[in-house]
This record gives sequence, structure tokens and C-alpha cells, in this order.
Amino acid sequence: MSTEAIPSGIKPISGPSALAGDPRRFLHLTWTLAVLEFRLKFFGSVLGYLWQLVKPLMLFGVMLFVFTKAVKLGSGVTEYPVVLLSGIVMFTFFSESTATAVSSVVDREGLVRKIHFPRLVIPLSVVLTAYFNLGLNYIAVVIFILARGVEVRWSWLELIPLVLFLGLFATGLSMILSSLFVRFRDIRPIWEVALQAIFYGSAIFYPIENIPSVKLQHLIMCNPLAAVTQQIRHAVIDPGAPTAGQAIGGDIRLLIPIGITLALLVIGFWWFNREAPRIAEEL
Amino acid sequence: MHPFKRTGYEHMSALNEISFSVGNGEFFGIVGRNGSGKSTLLKCLAGIYKADEGEIYMDGRVATFIELGVGFNPDLVARDNIMLNAVMLGLSPAEARKRVDEVIDFAELHEFTDLKLKNYSSGMQVRLAFSVMIQVDADILLIDEVLAVGDAAFQQKCFDEFHRLRDEKKTILFVTHDMPSVNRFCDRAMLLERGDMMLLGDPDEITDQYIKVNFPQATLDAAVAEGHARPDQAAVIVEAWFEEERGDRHEYLPQGRPCSFKALVAFNQEVEDPAFSMMLKDDEGSNIFGTSTIWKNEESTGHFMPGDQAVFGVSFDNRLSAGRYYATVQVAQRGGGQVVLDKRENAATMVTTATRSTGGVVDLPHDVEVRRPVRAPRPAPEPAGDASR
Repeated sequence: MSTEAIPSGIKPISGPSALAGDPRRFLHLTWTLAVLEFRLKFFGSVLGYLWQLVKPLMLFGVMLFVFTKAVKLGSGVTEYPVVLLSGIVMFTFFSESTATAVSSVVDREGLVRKIHFPRLVIPLSVVLTAYFNLGLNYIAVVIFILARGVEVRWSWLELIPLVLFLGLFATGLSMILSSLFVRFRDIRPIWEVALQAIFYGSAIFYPIENIPSVKLQHLIMCNPLAAVTQQIRHAVIDPGAPTAGQAIGGDIRLLIPIGITLALLVIGFWWFNREAPRIAEEL
Repeated sequence: MHPFKRTGYEHMSALNEISFSVGNGEFFGIVGRNGSGKSTLLKCLAGIYKADEGEIYMDGRVATFIELGVGFNPDLVARDNIMLNAVMLGLSPAEARKRVDEVIDFAELHEFTDLKLKNYSSGMQVRLAFSVMIQVDADILLIDEVLAVGDAAFQQKCFDEFHRLRDEKKTILFVTHDMPSVNRFCDRAMLLERGDMMLLGDPDEITDQYIKVNFPQATLDAAVAEGHARPDQAAVIVEAWFEEERGDRHEYLPQGRPCSFKALVAFNQEVEDPAFSMMLKDDEGSNIFGTSTIWKNEESTGHFMPGDQAVFGVSFDNRLSAGRYYATVQVAQRGGGQVVLDKRENAATMVTTATRSTGGVVDLPHDVEVRRPVRAPRPAPEPAGDASR
């Protein structure tokens, strides 16, 4: 029976994969998933969006108090409260996208086990949802910036490529984390701990130039998240603050965080693509 | 315990060397016992599982209805879930938005569009899932066990929809346990047994074979032996089931056709002239129909010795309206006051499938007519309707 000729023009069913099929469908799906997920957060609880905003603001309030009244870490830094808030909002975007991504594929079990669709849509939609939240949260930051009397400058436009770059970094990690989690459920606690380490290691609540060891300054700036927040500080809040290039010890060295991000993207995609066909069976 | 030690696993292949082709516009049934690989096959076809070996070709857009659903998010309201699934199944968001109302219409869930899916009953979820699958205009539909859940009215709707899909020349692959619907809809069918294709051919052949595979004499014998292994109980109801007109066991029985209820009883003590009775109840537990060997004129049902068996049968024309029914069966000792020897509540279940719904409990044979009264100057006209045949 297997000798029956297969009519030409019919495509074989290749099984599940990361990217299969029509790119338009891929985009539609990513968009729809992200919008629905965002709406769920927005309208899911009584105060909805407020909680989305309160979380980073609480952290901000506590840190502001501790580091301006108790420890005086922020003294001598121009617009320390704004720097702190902006950094926290960026970190929130990063932690939200990656932490949600960890279990995202498993959480979407219902879809994964029942419909054939490009699996990569799942981690990408998570990052996209985090972008929506970032957009709303950053409105709060901008209001705060303007209220503090910070000058509006053209360099604010740098924010767009910087945020996109941070998104790529988060995407690379999301692909790795979400596909690993299918097989190793230990990933979730590991990543929670890692996120804390990243928070303390990313020069968010302390100015990078106050670190005594220059070598350590350079090392911290290798972290794409730290490089992005530093550059935002320079471009948006305080032109007097060192740029990411200066903080890492030369613009050429910025290739390190860029390289890390690209490497994570490539490894992430390769790994996710490799795992994609088996995800439905391993859930 | 070593933390990285791998737990041993066995290699299990769910499907072996299955090769078949389904033509455009064909209604193709896939039947087999639980664990025979039906659902795995469907998932491979749907592109959800990857086949380790071999190739699958598919021409056209595929819609899937697998494991009782199309994949809903319990926290989203019905409307959003429809959107999500329609996009998943290949519509653009704009097209999907247009279809949402049609889907809700079809599922008859108007009052519940803004209810979160987690608050839906399982039957409602299935209805919604089926509606989504039907409304996305796929060329090929892969349907798994849609008849296993849902109320009778919904099953009826599925049947109607199958007719429509057939007429529209859609290609349908249909996994089911329900043999009458295989006979009714499928052009061809395939019988799977432990991952192997046992038979591919006419629905009639397949259903006959399925029944042979599924109800082997050996299991019945074992049940009988178990029934006899309780010497303290004079009679044991071993098993009860429904049969369609040809005498094959079936759960789904078409309305208006003869069918029968059967119960197998094993005797462990000497019983003279036992009384057998059966009561059919509907979903809500109301008694619909009952009968007994006493109410018939069969005064003597026989003399049974330990080790004997009896098959109690009730044959009737299925005049029940569409729905699910449960049969309770009882064996009693006759004499001064009945002594119940064994009673099994809801021992067997059946579903009436019908092409129309009259809204009552039963659908009696009847005629309906409308006549004009004779225009003679009489004080009272004749009765206008006559509802007897």
C-alpha cells in the first residue's frame, strides 16, 4: 500500500517545530497570545494594572528609603531616585519575561498537545507581553522624570534600540529556559535564584562608578542588562553619567555584552528548535 | 540515591508501519481499543507528535479536535478562547473576530460568552471546541472521540454536522468507539490493535471485527467465573449491556429501531423460578420504563442449579427520545414476599440517537394532520386532529 504515488505539490507533515509554516500566521499567533495574556493580567484582578505598577514601585520605595536615608548609597548621584526607578523598571521587564518564560511552554500544555503551531510562538509571546507591561510602566518613569525637571533630549530616542536589545537578551534566555523546563523542572528555582543574583550584580541600585575596583566595574558591564540600564541612565536621565562604553572601559568592549546576547539568541534558537518536536510528548 | 541517575524506561512504539491514504472528500474512520494507538496516529497526522519513521502527506488546511478539545485557556473568557483557537487553526485575527459570533451561535452558548472557561462544564467546553473546529473552514478535519462526552442533543448536533461536512465533501478522519456512527458516516475505516493496522476496508467489516476484538469470549468467561466464586450469594448479575437489532453490543442505539437489553446472571445456589426485572432511568434518575418477568405471562422462568447461567433479555422498539439512559437490573426469589438476590443500579447505559427531537420523554409512533372542518351548518365540527395511527 505504501507504493501509492504521492501527488506532486503536497507537502509532507514534518511534525511540530519551532518555526514551521507561514510567517504571517507566526506573527498573528505571537501577537494574539501576547495580547490575550496582557489582557488577562490587566483585567484578571480587581485592581488589574495597578498591581502591575505597584510591584516595581514598592521595590522602588523600599530601596529609595534604604539607600538615601539609611545607607546613603545614592548620595552624590544626580537624580538617584530616577536612576533607581528606571533601573527597576528595566529589571522588572527582564525578570518578568524570563521568569514567565520558564514555565510558559508547560503552562500552554493545552495548546501544545492539541494544535500544530510553531512552538517558538510561546516564548516570544511572553517577551512581547512583557514589552506591553514595560511600555505602561515606563510611562510612570517618564512622568517621574518630567516631574523631577529632567530635560527632554533627543538622546531619549536611544531608549528604543536599547529596549529592543534588552528584549533580544531576554528572548535568547527565554528560549533556553522554556525548553529546558519541559524536561528539568529544577530550572524554575534555579532561575529565581539567578534573577536575584542578576539584580544585585547589574548596577541597578548603586552607581557603577562607585565600585572601587575598575576591573569589577568592567566585569559588571559585560552583563547586557547592566550595560543597557547604564546607557539609559546616560541617555535619558543624566548626561553626566558614564556611558555604557565608558563604564566597560572602551566602546569596543561593548562587543562583549552584544556578543553574549547574540550567542544566547543563537544557542537559544538552536536548542529550542532541537527540542520543539518532542515537547508535546514530554509534557 | 544518585541525583542524576536516570530512571529506567521501556521503549514503547505506539504505531508500527501504518500506511494508508485517504482521498479528497472521504470520511475515514479509525477505530480500535483503548491504547491501540488511534489518538497517537491522529496526533502524528495533526503534526503534534513527530513520527520517528515514515512520512505523512497532507494537502490542505487541517483543523483538529483532539482529547476533547482544541486547547483552551481556562482563565480566558469564551470569546477570547475562540479568537485564540481560530488563530491557532490558521485564521487571521480579522477573520477570527468575524467568526466568533458564528461559533457561539453554533455552540448555543450565548449567555456564557463572557464567562471564563474554567467555569464551563466539560460538556460546554466540548461544545465550544467542536464549534470552533467546525467554523474555521478547514479542508481536513481530524476528530477524536467527539461523541464520548456531551449531552444527547449535542451528539445529535454532531451527527447533523457530520452529514453537512459529508455533503460539503470535506475530508474527515474520525476516531471513535461508536460503531454505529462508523457504519453511518464512514466511507472506509481502519482498525488498529496495539499499534498495528489490523484491517482497512468497509465500515461493516471493520465494525464486525472490532466487536470480535473488543468483547472476546474469554473476558466474559472470566466474569462468569468470578460471579460463581461467591457461593454465599444465590445469584450474581455478571454483566449487563444493550444490543442493537443485529445482536451486536452497542451503547448508541438509533431511535425507532428494535434493540434489546441483556443481563447475564450466574447462579450459585438452587433457585426455582427467579423473577428478573429491569428499569430504565434517564439522566435525572426518573424512571422511564420498567418491566419484569412477573408482569409478563411467563409464570415459570426455570429451575436453576449452582453453576447455571441465565441471560435475561428485554427486546423493545427504541421509542425513547434522544438522550442517555441507564438500566437497573434485579434478580429476585419469588414466593411469599420477594427476596432480592442481586441488584445492580445502572448496570448498563445506552444513548438514543435521533434525527429529530420532539421534546418529550418518548417518541411514540404517531401521525399529525390538520384538516379543515366540513363547511356544513352543523352546530359542532368534527375534531380537527387525530393523533392515532
